[in-house]
Amino acid sequence: MTTNLIDIQNADVIMATSNMAENHPVGFQWVMKAKERGAKLIHVDPRFTRTSAAADIHVPIRSGTNIAFFGGLINYAIQNNLYFKDYVVHYTNAPFLIDPAFKTATDGNGLFTGFDPAKGTYDRTSWKYQLDGEGNPKRDPTLRDPSSVFQLMKRHYSRYTPHMVERVCGIPKAKFEEAAQLFCSNSGREKTGTITYALNLTQHTNGVENIRALCMLQLLLGNIGRPGGGVTALRGHANVQGATDLELLYHELPGYMAQPLRDIHPDLTAYMEKETPKGGFWVNKPKFFVSLLKAFYGDAATKDNEFGYQWLPKRASADAYSHQHIFVDMYNGLIKGFLALGQNPAVGGPNAKLARTAMQRLDWLVVKDIFLTETAEVWKAPGTDPKNVKTEVFFMPAAPAAEKDGSLTNTMRLIQWHEKAASPPGDVTSDAEFVCTLAQRLQKLYAGSTKERDKGFLAASFKYGDNPKEPDMVEVLKEVNGYATADITDKDGKLTYRKGQPLNTFAHMTDDGTTAGGCWIYTGVTVEGPDGKLVNKANSRKPADEKDYLGHGWGFAWPANRRILYNRAAADLAGKPWSEKKKLIWWDPEAPSNVPDKKGKWVGLDVPDFNAFLAPDAKNGDKPFIMRTDLVGGFFGPLNDGPFPEHYEPIESPVKNLLSKQQSNPVAKIWKVPDQKNELAGVGSPDYPYVITTYRLTEHHLSGVMSRYLPMLAELHYSHFTEISHELAAELGLKNGEMVTVSTPRGKIHVRAMVTHRLKPFIIDGKKVHQIGVPWHWGYNGIAELPGSKGDITNDLSATVGDPNVYIQETKAFTCNVKKGVV
Amino acid sequence: MSLSRRDFLKLGSATAAGVAVAGKGVDLAPVEAAATSLKIKEAKAFRSVCPYCAVGCGQLIYTKDDKIIDIEGDPDTPHTLGRLCPKGAATIQLSNNPLRPTKALYRAPGSDKWEEKPLDWMYDQIAMRYHAAREQYFIEKEKDKEGRVVTVNRLEAIASLGSACADNEECYLLSKLNRTFGIVYHEHQARV
Repeated sequence: MTTNLIDIQNADVIMATSNMAENHPVGFQWVMKAKERGAKLIHVDPRFTRTSAAADIHVPIRSGTNIAFFGGLINYAIQNNLYFKDYVVHYTNAPFLIDPAFKTATDGNGLFTGFDPAKGTYDRTSWKYQLDGEGNPKRDPTLRDPSSVFQLMKRHYSRYTPHMVERVCGIPKAKFEEAAQLFCSNSGREKTGTITYALNLTQHTNGVENIRALCMLQLLLGNIGRPGGGVTALRGHANVQGATDLELLYHELPGYMAQPLRDIHPDLTAYMEKETPKGGFWVNKPKFFVSLLKAFYGDAATKDNEFGYQWLPKRASADAYSHQHIFVDMYNGLIKGFLALGQNPAVGGPNAKLARTAMQRLDWLVVKDIFLTETAEVWKAPGTDPKNVKTEVFFMPAAPAAEKDGSLTNTMRLIQWHEKAASPPGDVTSDAEFVCTLAQRLQKLYAGSTKERDKGFLAASFKYGDNPKEPDMVEVLKEVNGYATADITDKDGKLTYRKGQPLNTFAHMTDDGTTAGGCWIYTGVTVEGPDGKLVNKANSRKPADEKDYLGHGWGFAWPANRRILYNRAAADLAGKPWSEKKKLIWWDPEAPSNVPDKKGKWVGLDVPDFNAFLAPDAKNGDKPFIMRTDLVGGFFGPLNDGPFPEHYEPIESPVKNLLSKQQSNPVAKIWKVPDQKNELAGVGSPDYPYVITTYRLTEHHLSGVMSRYLPMLAELHYSHFTEISHELAAELGLKNGEMVTVSTPRGKIHVRAMVTHRLKPFIIDGKKVHQIGVPWHWGYNGIAELPGSKGDITNDLSATVGDPNVYIQETKAFTCNVKKGVV
Repeated sequence: MSLSRRDFLKLGSATAAGVAVAGKGVDLAPVEAAATSLKIKEAKAFRSVCPYCAVGCGQLIYTKDDKIIDIEGDPDTPHTLGRLCPKGAATIQLSNNPLRPTKALYRAPGSDKWEEKPLDWMYDQIAMRYHAAREQYFIEKEKDKEGRVVTVNRLEAIASLGSACADNEECYLLSKLNRTFGIVYHEHQARV
């Protein structure tokens, strides 16, 4: 998230789009605190949940129509002149002029300029700025030029009227206008609002555009970088943020740098040219990238061998290797061996039946987990004869956080250390010990190889500290942080870093091989104290106080212990807070500078998100969005599916798209899987007439590995269930608690019906549309004495379809049928 | 925590009495102190972080004789103030749980049962599988879309998933192993 949970208390309005009260209950206290201070809460959700119960307005929305809703809000803010004009003109690309050849989806009946129906992709040539003689984007600060981003955005969203929102989302017009007025009027110098989201917005075939739409609304209202504002991304698992930063992801290397692609990154020079932008903070990428190569390959990475660049694997295509690709390719026999470490795809991923069948085709499977998951026992899956599963399975018992040292990065980028409190029992090992031991056994098998392709792997060190059995996690964190690989001196010859000394800041990374660092954004988390000892800032435990409400002495927030990103935007052009009430960072012209005889510094309640000594009237001293090439927030932001988010229906939908002729995302990824393993329901299919969404419960966790085996949690839910409205139950002749069969073209599950007022049918363009909700925590393993801890796998219902930018699945909106009884 | 039913009732009535008169300004501290001392008497305390959702609630773990006896919210934590949800409050059962396997297990092709194996054997076997797959399926060079030969050093026969429940250091080590070994099917549950 761009902000901080503690700071939610400063919001004047909060729009929760996820069920924060139930899924992030302890974080929700800050929403309640804001309410105590007078803030209003809007909850946008198909269901009435505990978050709705705490809200001033509950806005029921048909799943899969978020962009129609956000687009409606953007249109509402523009039409009613509720946007924060000073912020929009100076801190965003709204005034920039776009190539006149570019036309919005309003002009293209749902398509932007450049769509190639044969390839199913966009030619994005016209999706660019008009440049002046010096190569800078042309601007119209009056925002009136018809080619300006602002006018194009206004035109694009002109179709998204309150009436259209009602027809598409099923939100009554008066309800929409009430929420829109409340959220958009809390904007400007004196007011701010935040928006929370989770996988409710991301798990769609336009998931990335959903988030962009939310961010655009926040830019329009001037809410980014300011107290009580921001984008409150609520991650679902203890270290989703950290596992993403350290890049357990198909397309990137630690620190958000591309995993090389064969066709555009054949060598290090090509990689640097292609991946280093001309402006913004990413101009430093070569320093971060070379430091990463040094962290991986150590002394073997030298200037003469491209710092080991050629040893890194290069991807054959950008459209490959993601989570969903894995199970399609495994089913097709391309993948022979598989490591599932702390993950349970037999239950947790989309089209889970496909995932299980695919795993049953492997030569070997290694599972590292705390309990015997459905993945570990995939050979025991219902309907499977173990004799027919030729897969060898290795199960390595794992240790939870309480039994090991290490750090976790929470949803607000806060790195917190946990101490090993007790030894793991028996042969249980930490994941670190497993990885390091496996790596060293493999290095033994390759010992003595002179092949070029093995040299990189043999050069990588997996030894940390003196104990060969238990790697020292502080030493690993130090490598992630970065250190000097040789003595470094400044231009006057003075020693700045001794060889091996940890780096204080990523600003000290170099591209000449004299620094190593596994993840540049984490630099500063371990530093050397005055006594020469390593200080682990992830383990700092100073509570917040009146002087420091953001708690900078507790843990370490990347980057640079900054708690609110883009905080230059908390001040006006001249560097003064927009208002006394919303002050965070400001320019103090009297504070001592870093240059003798000069004055002026950014000061305040957070670490400035830019050069602290750059005066507001200096070049780029008024540009808050330092990670972007043009240094401003982007309303216009080319993705694979368009520069502005456009509403399309989910791949499976009960209705036609009312906004354009284009039914679903024209560039969405739909996998073809043999043997009818990924069949889809047609638009408005009478066989699958209901909308289905999946969600989580307070008492269970994800695929259930950390809840279904714990009596304290497993006993809290009687059984797996689906929530069904009274109206649909009446149509089906169903009573509360009866068993039902929920089916899609991929599979079916048997669960109990919870007949509830929490869901109501939607009126979509005058027609009644039913929606059901199903939690997804159950599987075929659990506690024998608690039958309710076991249940059918909800993800057997979902499909293998994905967003065109990151291939995220569409499990929050698809279609199903519901029948009474077990059929 | 070993608490007899009698102790429990004593504690319960003491607490109830304390709460009942609290409104009249009686100091609650002795009651709280009694409650706390029962839990952590002679125990060692460790700082921890809740392993469930990503709010990252600070926890205090109490141990006796290398065994966890209690886990509670750490009130110093600025963003959570010592609170835990039902999942966080159940963290102790991730460690103290009879369903938890403590031995490495192997299931042979076509078998219907697990066999306990020594860790050493497991590491050797797994390493041999990794090695064999790499030797058989490694792609060292291939042509790019314009027909030029490019070094790609890629292994597509092994996939790796997980994990958002691993620590940062573990995630980094796994990235380092996978990427230096050539693995490209490399993911975790960020999108799941």
